[in-house]
Amino acid sequence: MMRRSFLVLAGSGLVVPLVPRPARATPAQVAALIADLVGDAALRDGRVKLDLPVLVENGNSVAMTVSVEAPPGEVRSIDVFAEANPLPHVLRLRFGPRAGAPRFATRIRLADSQTVIAVAKLADGSCWRDSVDLLVTLAACIE
Amino acid sequence: MVRVLINVPKQVKRGEAFEVKLLISHPMESGQRRDEMGQAIPRDIINSFICTYNGEDVLRADLFPAIAANPFLSFSVVVQESGTLTMTFTDDHGVVQTETARVIVA
Repeated sequence: MMRRSFLVLAGSGLVVPLVPRPARATPAQVAALIADLVGDAALRDGRVKLDLPVLVENGNSVAMTVSVEAPPGEVRSIDVFAEANPLPHVLRLRFGPRAGAPRFATRIRLADSQTVIAVAKLADGSCWRDSVDLLVTLAACIE
Repeated sequence: MVRVLINVPKQVKRGEAFEVKLLISHPMESGQRRDEMGQAIPRDIINSFICTYNGEDVLRADLFPAIAANPFLSFSVVVQESGTLTMTFTDDHGVVQTETARVIVA
C-alpha cells in the first residue's frame, strides 16, 4: 500500500487499530436493560438521587451514594448501570421491612468517562431515574 | 474466609434509623483483566450480600464486577428491639461467609 493512501485511510478511520480495545457496553444495551427492568411502567426523572463526583481522578474506586425520596418500605428495588463499563450492571438492591432510609453507599469502578444511571422501582409500580455524566481521568484497570 | 470490618452504633434508639458500615477485604477480581502472559484472570467477586435483623430482611444486594476491590458498603437499618444483625456474603466459588453484630436498643 502506498504510504499516502495509507495515511488517507488512517485519517478517515478505516484502518482498524491493531491493539484490541476492551469490550464495553453501549448506551443502547443499557437502555434495553432498563426497558426490561421497567416493563410497562413509565420511567420518570426525579425522586431517586445518584451522588457521584463529576470529575473522577481514579476510576478504580469511585464513591457512590444512591438514595430515594420515599418512606422506607415503599422502595422495591434500585439498580445502577454504567454505560461504558464492559459489564454495565453495577448493583441491584432490594430493601426489606427492616431497612431504614432507602439509601446505599459503596465504591464502584468506572472504565471510562460516561453516564451512570440509577433506576428505582417503588411499591406502587412507578419507576424513577437519575443520571450523572462524569469525566474519568484514570480508567479502572483493564490491564 | 475474608476479613470484614463492621461498624454498628453501640446503642440505638427504638424506631430510629441508624447506619451500618462494612469494609470487606476482598480483591473483587473483575474477570476483565489479563496477566503478563495475556491469559484472562478468572473472575472472583462477592456476588451476593444479604443483611437480616432477627431473621427479617434489611437489604439484599446483587454485586457485579463494577464494585471496587475491598468493597465498602453502607446502608440504613431501623429496629424496634435489641437483636442480631446477620450479614451473609457469597463469592463466585460458592463460599458463604456469615458475620453478626449485636444491636442494643437503649
